[in-house]
Amino acid sequence: MPLDESFVGRSWPAETYEVSLEKIREFAVAVGADDPVHHDRDAARSAGHPDVVAPTTFPVVFTWPATRRVVDDPALGLDFTRVIHRDQGFEVRRPVHAGDVVSSVVSVDEIRELAGNDVITFRCDVTDADGEAVATTRATLVGRAEPDGGDA
Amino acid sequence: MSALSDLASGDALPARTVTITRADLVRYAAASGDQNPIHWNERVALEVGLPGVIAHGMFTMALAARYVTDLAEDPTAVVSFSTRFTRPVVVPDDDTGATVEFGGKAGDTADDGSRTVTVTATHEGKGVLGKAVATVRPA
Repeated sequence: MPLDESFVGRSWPAETYEVSLEKIREFAVAVGADDPVHHDRDAARSAGHPDVVAPTTFPVVFTWPATRRVVDDPALGLDFTRVIHRDQGFEVRRPVHAGDVVSSVVSVDEIRELAGNDVITFRCDVTDADGEAVATTRATLVGRAEPDGGDA
Repeated sequence: MSALSDLASGDALPARTVTITRADLVRYAAASGDQNPIHWNERVALEVGLPGVIAHGMFTMALAARYVTDLAEDPTAVVSFSTRFTRPVVVPDDDTGATVEFGGKAGDTADDGSRTVTVTATHEGKGVLGKAVATVRPA
């Protein structure tokens, strides 16, 4: 099913997320990031950070739910059960740390069709409580065509 | 593991092999919030045409990012990182798990001292990350 092209260029209201020390620890354990700056406040401060810092891909914890809200909008026409994640990018302005209250603004950068599959690129601009840039992430999802090629 | 700073442009990165088990996927699902059942439920994975339970692409990317930050000897070194998920990593329901081998090449140093690193990740001999390029800030 073709996606609603009018979504291109649209942005959605910011979603906020408060970053906790325990969530950073949990994520760091899950990805095997054992450097003490992800786990120990004193170690992080000794390394010049305000608090424990998050591993590189941690922003997905808040950018994905913000993006998912748009993915799940029935008006877009994307069947999530047929979605695969094709590309992911991070541009990091500064490390995320515990105590950050970040805002994520999702936009749709591009929609196109590739061999019957729907391809959509989401951008997520993340800022901190002072409005300073923290990161920009991009995710390209592919909605695979129905096996029979139909628009069922 | 030798440091990135010791490597010249074009030098191969020291290889690292990482094992991924079902337990790792459950832990990552909880930590990241990505609870898609294709990453922990064989029945659902097979129903949607996958060969079995697959690792989150974002989990493989997180492991690749850690590989780069370890090389850079700075857990916050990566200022940009992008990749394509080219093939799934199928994780069997056993205690051995799936293995992913990380490697790649050290890249050029820019005028501001930042440096690019190209990362490869292979599973059963085939690449699972494509065009995986990270930029590491100056030490």
